[in-house]
Amino acid sequence: MPKKTTKKTTKKTEELDSIVLMQGNEAVARGAVDAGVNFFAGYPITPSTEIAEILSRELPLRGAAFIQMEDEIASICAIIGASLAGAKAMTATSGPGFSLMQEAIGYAKITETPCVVVNVMRAGPSTGLPTSPSQGDIMQSRWGSHGDAPAIVLYPDSVKESYELAIRAVNLSEKYRTCVVLLLDEVLGHMREAVRLPDLRKHRVINRIKPTVPPEWYKHYDENQKYLSPVASFGEGYRFHVTGLAHDATGFPTGRPAEVADMMARLKKKITSNIRDLVQIESFHMEDAKIAIFAAGITARSAKSAVMMARAEGLKVGLLRPLTIWPFPDDAVRKMLKNVETVIVAELNQGQFLREIARLIKDKDDSDIVPVRRVDGELITPAQILRIIKEVN
Amino acid sequence: MSKTYMRKEIRLSGSGGQGLILAGIILARAAVQERYRVAQSQSYGPESRGGASRADVIISNDDIHFPEATHFDVLLALTQESCDKYLFDLKDKGILIADTTGVKNIALDSSNIYELPFTDIAAEKLGTILPTNILSLAFLVRKTGLVSEASLRKGIEQSVKPHYIKLNLKAMKLGFKLADDYGKTD
Repeated sequence: MPKKTTKKTTKKTEELDSIVLMQGNEAVARGAVDAGVNFFAGYPITPSTEIAEILSRELPLRGAAFIQMEDEIASICAIIGASLAGAKAMTATSGPGFSLMQEAIGYAKITETPCVVVNVMRAGPSTGLPTSPSQGDIMQSRWGSHGDAPAIVLYPDSVKESYELAIRAVNLSEKYRTCVVLLLDEVLGHMREAVRLPDLRKHRVINRIKPTVPPEWYKHYDENQKYLSPVASFGEGYRFHVTGLAHDATGFPTGRPAEVADMMARLKKKITSNIRDLVQIESFHMEDAKIAIFAAGITARSAKSAVMMARAEGLKVGLLRPLTIWPFPDDAVRKMLKNVETVIVAELNQGQFLREIARLIKDKDDSDIVPVRRVDGELITPAQILRIIKEVN
Repeated sequence: MSKTYMRKEIRLSGSGGQGLILAGIILARAAVQERYRVAQSQSYGPESRGGASRADVIISNDDIHFPEATHFDVLLALTQESCDKYLFDLKDKGILIADTTGVKNIALDSSNIYELPFTDIAAEKLGTILPTNILSLAFLVRKTGLVSEASLRKGIEQSVKPHYIKLNLKAMKLGFKLADDYGKTD
C-alpha cells in the first residue's frame, strides 16, 4: 500500500487552531457564503436542514436575505425571482422537496436564470428513509424536469470538496446562466471531517456579466453573445420580459419554429460546447488498472478503500470518480476505460450510472460490466466491492 | 521516524437522545487536537428520542476513505439492543465498554470487556443522567489511550454549551476515576 509521508512540521498552536472539524452541510453553507450567495429561500428537510439552519444565521449577519418559505415550490420560485433581481440565490432540499422543485428548475433553465439547488439525497421513493443514504436521484437530477434541456450537476465526496463544489456550483450558474444542482449524500451532509481552514481560502468567484449597452439596445437573450451574454437585473433600468413560454431574444413569447429552434439550440450548446470547462473527473490508481470501479459521491469513498485493499493484495484495480456527473464525462470515461478488462459500477440505487457506462462501452460484453448495487439505506462497504473484485479478477 | 499505517474504528451505540453523536464529535475534536485525520459519521432513525442511534469515529494517520466503522477497535454499548447488534463486529482484540444499566447480557467472554452501570452512576454521583455520554466516553478514552486528557477536555470545551461545560468536565473526571479504579475493589 503506498504510504504518504507527512511533512515534519513544528507544532504551532495557530496551525492547530486552523484545523476544524466540519460537517458536509456546513461546508456547503460556507461555500455558498464565500461564493457570494446573498439570498437563500428554503424549506427545511432532513438531511439538508443544517444548510438552511447555518445560512439563516450567517446571511442576515452579512446584510443578506434568508427566507423560510411555506414549501419547496415557493422556495425555488423565490430564488429564481431573487436572481432576476440580481441576487446570487440558492436553496437546499432533499428527495421529496427536490421532486416538488422539478418544474421550476425547468423554468430557471428556459429563462436562463442563474441559481443553485442543493439536493442532499436520502433514500426514497416518497418519504422513504429520511435519515439514510441513497444515490437514487442521479437520473432525476438530469431528467427530472419535463421538456428537454441539459443539466449541470456536481457531486462531491468529501467535506472539503463539498465546500469547493458549492462555490463551483454558484460560479457555473452565473457563468452559464442556468440552474446548477449540487448533489450530496446523506452521509456526507452529516459527517464531519478535519478540514484545514487555509485550504478553504483559495477560491475564485465568478459574477454574471452586466450589460453596458444603452437600455433600448438591450436584449435579455443576446444571440450574438451566446451564453456569456450580459444579464441585466430588474430595477437597473433595462426592460426585458421573462416567461416560461418559448421566447425570442427579447424574452417575449414566440411560436415561430426558427426562433424556438434557436432558443433550444442555445440551451443545449452552452453546455455541449463547454464540456472541458464543465467536466471534472478523478482518476485514482488507474495507470495500470485491469479492473476499474466507477463510482461517485460517498460510494467512491467505499471504492477507494476497496482499491487500497485490492492493491495491497497485488490486484491491479483503479477508480474513476466524476465530480461533474452531468454533463456525463463521456470522452474522459471512454478514454480511461479503454484499457481495462472489467468495469465495476458501484452505486446506491438500482443501476443508474450503469446505463451510462453500458452506453459508452460498446466493445465489451455485458459480463464485463459488473454492477454493485445497494438500496437498503446502508452504504456499500469496501469489503462488498473487494469481494466482487476478486470474483471478476 | 518511520510511520506505520494506523486506523482505529470506534463505534458509540445506544438509543436516540443519549448524546452519542455529541460524544462522537467530542472524540473527533480531541483527535484533531492530536493531529490525526478523523471522520465522524452517524446513523439514526427519524425520531429525536428513542430508536437506535450510533456514532462512528475513525482516527487515522493517513487518508480516511470509507468513513464508517465496520470492524471496531472499540465499541461502546449503552443499550442491550446496540450491544447485541454490534458485538460480533468487534475485532478479536477489540474493547467493549458496556453500560450495565441498559445492557444485562453480553454474549461474549473476553478480557477486553468493561462493564459498569454508567447511567446509574451518573444519576447517583452527578445528580443527572444527562452526562452519561461524557462519563462513559472519558472511561473509554482512559482505558484505550486513544487521546490524552487535555485533548478530551478541549474537545468537550469546544462542543458543549458554555453553561454545561462544568458538569461535563466533572463527568469526565469521574469517568477517568472509574477507569483508574476499575477492578481494584469490589
